[in-house]
Amino acid sequence: MATSQNSALLPSQAKFELKPPPYPLNALEPHMSQATLEYHWGKHHKTYVENLNKQIVGTELEGLSLEDIVVVSYNKGDVLPSFNNAAQAWNHEFFWESMKPGGGGKPSGELLDLIEKDFGSFDQFVEEFKSAAATQFGSGWAWLAYKASEKDKKLEVIKSVNAVNPLVSDYFPLLTVDVWEHAYYLDFQNRRPDYISTFMEKLVSWEAVSARLEKAKVQAAK
Amino acid sequence: MAFRSLATRKTLSLGLNSTRLTQSRALQTFSLPDLPYDYGALEPAISGEIMQLHHQKHHQTYITNYNKALEQLHEAIQKGDSSTVVKLQTAIKFNGGGHINHSIFWNNLAPIHEGGGEPPKGSLGWAIDTNFGSLESLIQKISAEGASLQGSGWVWLGLDKELKKLVIETTANQDPLVTKGPHLVPLLGIDVWEHAYYLQYKNVRPDYLKNIWKVINWKYASGVYEKESA
Repeated sequence: MATSQNSALLPSQAKFELKPPPYPLNALEPHMSQATLEYHWGKHHKTYVENLNKQIVGTELEGLSLEDIVVVSYNKGDVLPSFNNAAQAWNHEFFWESMKPGGGGKPSGELLDLIEKDFGSFDQFVEEFKSAAATQFGSGWAWLAYKASEKDKKLEVIKSVNAVNPLVSDYFPLLTVDVWEHAYYLDFQNRRPDYISTFMEKLVSWEAVSARLEKAKVQAAK
Repeated sequence: MAFRSLATRKTLSLGLNSTRLTQSRALQTFSLPDLPYDYGALEPAISGEIMQLHHQKHHQTYITNYNKALEQLHEAIQKGDSSTVVKLQTAIKFNGGGHINHSIFWNNLAPIHEGGGEPPKGSLGWAIDTNFGSLESLIQKISAEGASLQGSGWVWLGLDKELKKLVIETTANQDPLVTKGPHLVPLLGIDVWEHAYYLQYKNVRPDYLKNIWKVINWKYASGVYEKESA
């Protein structure tokens, strides 16, 4: 990702970079194939980043952080042309970092406590998350997000269409699963529920989710 | 389109006194229509594997869930449960739309040796030239609209029966063309959900949209056009 310092010096060269997943592309086998990651990261994610870079050149969005571009271009629902590419660039990076080789299992510590408080039990949370992912009509994402308003701080499961993500509703995203068909079609074809179960049981990085919760709480307290 | 009659358990249990009700409210459910060609018959434009999954799995799932929603709707109406009736509308639109759209789509395709890709003749050919300049220009426009559609959906050539002209429209997810206007009749619908092309074309949707024209059944579109514009 371009730093603001760089972009101030060299506005015409301020570019977002395609950040690789924090593991080799074959590291999630057999649950998510190397071929899926080669296309999903190497083609889909790459195209979103490249198109975003082209779209923002010379606009007022140039030089902003990716998060800021997502929120600004969402424009309270009346989306600007760059929203789709910006949000998808952000979503995919967040998705890769939501997984790890040997993932799955159960969270611990404060994250688990909060899940039990807000969903009744870990199993109930899993059911709710899977159901959101399975019932998102068409392309989109399912999320675990932290909502921190003045009167209420809690975890919520939400689903979103196409490129939309919880940043635009002022939530802190903690975990996501991509339910665009390109995310699972090579490995699971039409069997989206099997893909979602595999994601939860074998791929989720609960360390990443816990770290995001920590960061969200710090930011929410500001 | 195939349908079969199905009386729900609840209706049956009402017994003899409700014969009239049972007859008037018997629920029609839907089953998967046969394809008018073999799964592999559209190769190399669309692979047999894609056609088989698309028909047997995707279309079948829309039908299964549409039937389920219709049964729940039937029950809710009988109980006078308005909130459930309203709640079911999204599932009906999505799954019923999926059934409608795919049923049209299969008819929009034909193997090359059965006329797939042959340009439309007669009144539809004239209408295309009048509305879009040429068939090539129409094909370019539809392909461009399909390529730029975000997420999942369909791109359509429709007849606006009120304005008596051809229109190009896109719809999201499984929304049928009629959701864009009550006077719109679909002549040709192209599925741009990733499941329609991913195993063969991966992320390159424009290549799918380039090749599909080789197996478009213009004869079917012409038939609908002639009937609806008469």
